[in-house]
Amino acid sequence: MALYSEKVMEHFRNPRNVGVIEDANGIGEVGNAKCGDIMKMYLKIEDDVIQDVKFETFGCGSAIASSSMATELIKGKPVSEAMQLTNKAVAEALDGLPAYKMHCSVLAEEAIHAALEDYHNRTGK
Amino acid sequence: MIYADNAATTRMSDAAVQAMLSVIQQNYGNPSSLYTLGQQAKEILEDARQAVAEVIGADPREILFTSGGSEADNQAIRSAAALGKKAGKTHIVSTAFEHHAVLHTLEKLKGEGFDITLLDVHEDGLVRPEEVRAAIRDDTCLVTVMYANNEIGTIQPIREIGEICHERGILFHTDAVQAVGHIPLNVKDDHVDLLSASAHKFHGPKGVGFLYARKGVRLTNLIEGGAQENGKRAGTENVPGIAAMAAALKESAGKIAQNTPILAERRDRLIRGLRQIPHSALNGDETQRLPGNVNFCFEGIEGESLLLLLDDKGIEASSGSACTSGSLDPSHVLLAIGRVHDVAHGSLRLSLGEDLTDADIDYIIQSVTDVVTYLRSFSPIWRDLESGKKPHIL
Repeated sequence: MALYSEKVMEHFRNPRNVGVIEDANGIGEVGNAKCGDIMKMYLKIEDDVIQDVKFETFGCGSAIASSSMATELIKGKPVSEAMQLTNKAVAEALDGLPAYKMHCSVLAEEAIHAALEDYHNRTGK
Repeated sequence: MIYADNAATTRMSDAAVQAMLSVIQQNYGNPSSLYTLGQQAKEILEDARQAVAEVIGADPREILFTSGGSEADNQAIRSAAALGKKAGKTHIVSTAFEHHAVLHTLEKLKGEGFDITLLDVHEDGLVRPEEVRAAIRDDTCLVTVMYANNEIGTIQPIREIGEICHERGILFHTDAVQAVGHIPLNVKDDHVDLLSASAHKFHGPKGVGFLYARKGVRLTNLIEGGAQENGKRAGTENVPGIAAMAAALKESAGKIAQNTPILAERRDRLIRGLRQIPHSALNGDETQRLPGNVNFCFEGIEGESLLLLLDDKGIEASSGSACTSGSLDPSHVLLAIGRVHDVAHGSLRLSLGEDLTDADIDYIIQSVTDVVTYLRSFSPIWRDLESGKKPHIL
């Protein structure tokens, strides 16, 4: 059996929404270099809807795939819905992650939530 | 496919495969049996012992066949510890970047009351003999230092360390798993009392290795049972594996002189090429290293992603990142030579075989350069480094 599901490898090889949003109104960064994973999420929110999302990730294959999948799951969704994103949803959408890689999906959830929190702080909402 | 992970394991040589097949098909007797078929197997076993002994400059009676390097390390250290304890000596000197087969055994012994000193291996990945001398105490029973490091390939000053140990009358063990069959060594000249080796690192099969124990060093059994291996390692001998190991070792050792300059040239070509990648660094001393070992750190990227993308390009290598070790910490070897976590996660080990061409080396250089550049393009760490938010380390 391969280390990762085909879905993980597909997102790792062709990550969606990679990059930076220059005029983002919500930015979240989680993780630390010491542990080997950092995720940074950029959100462009208009009318309480996530119009655009981009990410930058330093990390292993599952960290990059989890970032990619998390952005896909919230893109175009209302903020209230994005707030409900769980690591479980990210992992399931990737057809599962090895047990010792589940923390990558947790980081993705945390990065999205951190970016949303930043948006709330900026807008006072 | 470019296989560049020969420090992890090697392809079995044709001679080894032939030796193994011949034993499996024709000489399948039990070496302990009295009839002809058994005695033929016994002869193969003893011929193999003779061949292995010759390569390392030992007497055949000093060679004990094991299931591999880890078992040999365990038995060597356990034996020296048992002898030490009997004499009231419970201090062991080793280094911070030993293989886990050594480190975890020492950790166990610590729990049993032994005092362990792990020496610094410095930025160049080399143990200083004078620091070994300084660490030795009146109650030291064993010094164990690896011959060549499995990750960064640095070759240790084994002979000088051996001399120091013997001046002080202390047993000296070396884990020579990465060295045997790759660089010339002689246990007598090197003042080695105990040495561990593993067949699959020199084109032999997996699951077999040997322990050299100088005559007079009393071994402690790890496995009790029959009287095989002079009563020091019970269980019917792995004759096919042992015969194949001997065939592989004879061939590998015989080719050292011929292969070393070629391999070293390829290694140096690869090092020169990878140095062109900005903010990268070679791990371990450049010259005191195995002829096939290249190990680099690249700032701003993580090793597992690098390996997966290299695999897509047909290159098989390894990394010391946490994600490839299954723990949260990167390689203890890279930490021991002073690489900080951030940088150690971005490591790549390429261990070359004799089969690679200059064109293969150039393809590796190009591929690694492309993948590192790509991964850096969306690494938040790299962005911080390049924007000056954080200072570069490499």
